[in-house]
Amino acid sequence: MQIWEPTYECMPREELQQLQLERLQATINRVFKNVTCYRNKFNGLGIVPEDIQSLDDLKKLPFTTKEDLRLNYPYGMFAVPLREVVRIHSSSGTTGKPTVVGYTKHDIKVWSNLVARFMTAAGVTHDDVVQIAFGYGLFTGAFGLHYGAETIGASVIPMSSGNTEKQIMIMQDYKTTALVCTPSYAITIADRMEKMGIDPKTLSLRVGLFGAEPWSEAMRREIESRLFISATDNFGLSEIIGPGIAGDCEFKCGMHIFEDAFIPEIIDPETGEVLPPGSVGELVLTTLTKEAFPMIRYRTRDITSLDYSPCACGRTMVRMKKTMGRSDDMLIIKGVNVFPSQIEEVLFAIEGCEPHYQIIVDRKGTLDALEIQIEVTENIFFDEMKRQRAFLEMIEKRIDSVLGVGATVKLVEPNSIPRHEGKAQRVIDRRRI
Amino acid sequence: MLTIKNINTYYGKVHALKNISIHLKRGEIVTLIGANGAGKTTMLNSISAVTPPAAGQILFDDQDLAGLTPDRIVKLGICQVPEGRQVFKPLSVEDNLELGAYLRYRGREGRGAIRKDLDDMYALFPRLHERRKQAAGTLSGGEQQMLAMGRALMARPRLLLLDEPSMGLAPLVVQEIFRVIEQLRQERGTTVLLVEQNAKAALRMADRGYVLETGKVVLEGIASELLENKEVQRAYLGKDKKEIWEK
Repeated sequence: MQIWEPTYECMPREELQQLQLERLQATINRVFKNVTCYRNKFNGLGIVPEDIQSLDDLKKLPFTTKEDLRLNYPYGMFAVPLREVVRIHSSSGTTGKPTVVGYTKHDIKVWSNLVARFMTAAGVTHDDVVQIAFGYGLFTGAFGLHYGAETIGASVIPMSSGNTEKQIMIMQDYKTTALVCTPSYAITIADRMEKMGIDPKTLSLRVGLFGAEPWSEAMRREIESRLFISATDNFGLSEIIGPGIAGDCEFKCGMHIFEDAFIPEIIDPETGEVLPPGSVGELVLTTLTKEAFPMIRYRTRDITSLDYSPCACGRTMVRMKKTMGRSDDMLIIKGVNVFPSQIEEVLFAIEGCEPHYQIIVDRKGTLDALEIQIEVTENIFFDEMKRQRAFLEMIEKRIDSVLGVGATVKLVEPNSIPRHEGKAQRVIDRRRI
Repeated sequence: MLTIKNINTYYGKVHALKNISIHLKRGEIVTLIGANGAGKTTMLNSISAVTPPAAGQILFDDQDLAGLTPDRIVKLGICQVPEGRQVFKPLSVEDNLELGAYLRYRGREGRGAIRKDLDDMYALFPRLHERRKQAAGTLSGGEQQMLAMGRALMARPRLLLLDEPSMGLAPLVVQEIFRVIEQLRQERGTTVLLVEQNAKAALRMADRGYVLETGKVVLEGIASELLENKEVQRAYLGKDKKEIWEK
C-alpha cells in the first residue's frame, strides 16, 4: 500500500515533536497578533506567546468552543484579511447562527494533500474512478474528497448526494471504483441494488471512503460484505479543516491523525483536564498549518481515545478510535448536526405549544429517521382532523427549515412520555451505532 | 542536524529573539526571511555564539552548543559568513583563504589537505585564483563575497551560515553566488542556513523557510509555498500588517 507523504506520515516522533513545536509557536504568534478573540482570552489568563516553550505548555492555553465561533460570527476568528480568503464554508447552524470557516489558497492546497493522504491510505490511486456522493455546497465533505482525489490524480465524478438509482447507473456505466458517501447511504445503495436485482459483484467498485457520521464496526462489516468493497473510515470537522484530520490505513485499527498539521489532546469533558494516552475522553484539536482559520484547542465534543503504539502500516502518526458519541447533546442525523435545544425552540415558538416532547432517532431500514413526539394539551388538540393535520405539518415544516433535516411529528397522550425525577428524557437514540 | 528550541537572545536590554525554535536536516537549504530588525542576523550570531542566547537550547548533531566559544563551534563544523563579507582587506586572497583553515593547521590532516582544499576553492571560484596574490581590499563586492564564502569553506563546515550574501551585489553576481550555494549542496552535501533580504531569490533556492517578525517566527513552510504567501510578501517588504488589514 502506498503512503502519500512518507516524509511526514512516517516521521520519527522526536522530529515530529520539533516540527509541531515550531508550527505551534508560529501559529500562536499569529493568532495572538491577528485574532482579537484569542488575544483577549490569552490576556485574560495573563498568557503571552512566549509562555509556550514546549508541546506540554499547550495545556496552559484556553479552550476554544463552538460558542466562541458563534460570538465571533461570521469572520471574527479569521487570522487573515478577507481578501486573502479564497473559500468560505459553513457548518450547519446549531442554535442560532452557523459557524463560518475560511481557507486561503495555501489552506486549500494543504487540505487537498491531507485528504490525499487518507485516500491513499484507504487504497485509492491515480487509476481509480471516484464517485463523490456527498452533497456539494457549504458542507466541506464533498469538496475535501474531491480535491484529495484530484490531487492523487484519480478521475473524479462529482455526483453529489441523492438520486440513488442514478448513482447506481453511473456506478455501473462509468465503472466507479471508489465510492465516497456517508456509511448509511452506502447501505441505502446496497438495498436499492438488491431491489433492482443488481449483483454488486458485477460492479467495478473496490473501496469505499465513508465519513460525516458516526458508524460502527458492525456496519463496516455489513457494507463490506454486501458491496464487496473495503470500507474505510475518515474523520473531520469543518471548524478544523473538514475531512483530512484522520483516516484509516489498510489495517483499519484506528484512524491516523495527521499530527504534523494537528495536535490532538484527550480531555475530561467535565473538568477540562488533559487525560493520559489511551484514556477515553473528548477530543481537542489544535491546527498547526492553517492560515485563514487557525484553531487553538478546539473542543470537538467527540468522545474517543488515542493509541500511540506503532502501526503495521509504517505511519508513525497516532491513531484515534472511531468516535463513541458526543460530550454534549448534539445528534448527527443524516450527516446534519442537530441539537435538541433547536427543536425545543421551534416548539416554544409555536403558539400554544408547551412542549413535553421526546426526540426519537432511529435507523429506518438504513437511513436515519427523526421523530418528535409531543404530548397533547388542550391548546393543540383540534376536533377537526384537517386542522390537526395542518398543525402538525406546520411544525414539521418549521423543524425542517431550522434543522435542515426532516422530522415526523406525532401527538401522543398526555403524560405518556416517561419522566425521570420530574425531567423528561428528551432524546432516545435507537440507532445501532 | 541542527535543532533549536526556544532560544532567547538579548542585546543589552533589547529582547531580540523571543522563543525561537527551528530545525535543519542534513543537506537542507533553509532560509530565514523577514524585515530589517526581525532578528535574522541575531539568529545566526546566536548559533555561532557571537551573541550567545540567554535561554534555550541549540543541538548540533545531538551536541548541546551551550557555553561553547565561537572557535569551538567552528571546530564542530559550523561556519558563518558574516554580513558585509568582513574579509581581511590588507591580506592577500590566498592568505584570507588559509586563515579560514586556521583551526586545521595543527590538526592531523596536515598541510597537504589544506593545499588541496585551496585548489578546490579556486575551482569553485576561478576568479579568486586569478586574484590570489591581490590584496582582498582591492576586490569587487562580488569577489569579496566569494572570498568570504571560500574562507568559511576552508574550515570544512558541515553547516554553513550565510548572512546576506547578495547584499549590494549586481544581479548577475547574485546569480553566481546562489549557483555556488546550490553546487555546494550537490557536491558536498553542505547544509545551509541562509539569511536574505532578497526573500524571493532565497525562497527560490531554499527547501524550506521561516518567516521572522520582531524576533518571533510567524510562519514555517516549504519555500515554494512561502513564496506565494501574502504574509511573506508583507514581512519581506517590512510593511505593517495593520495597513492593509480590512475588517
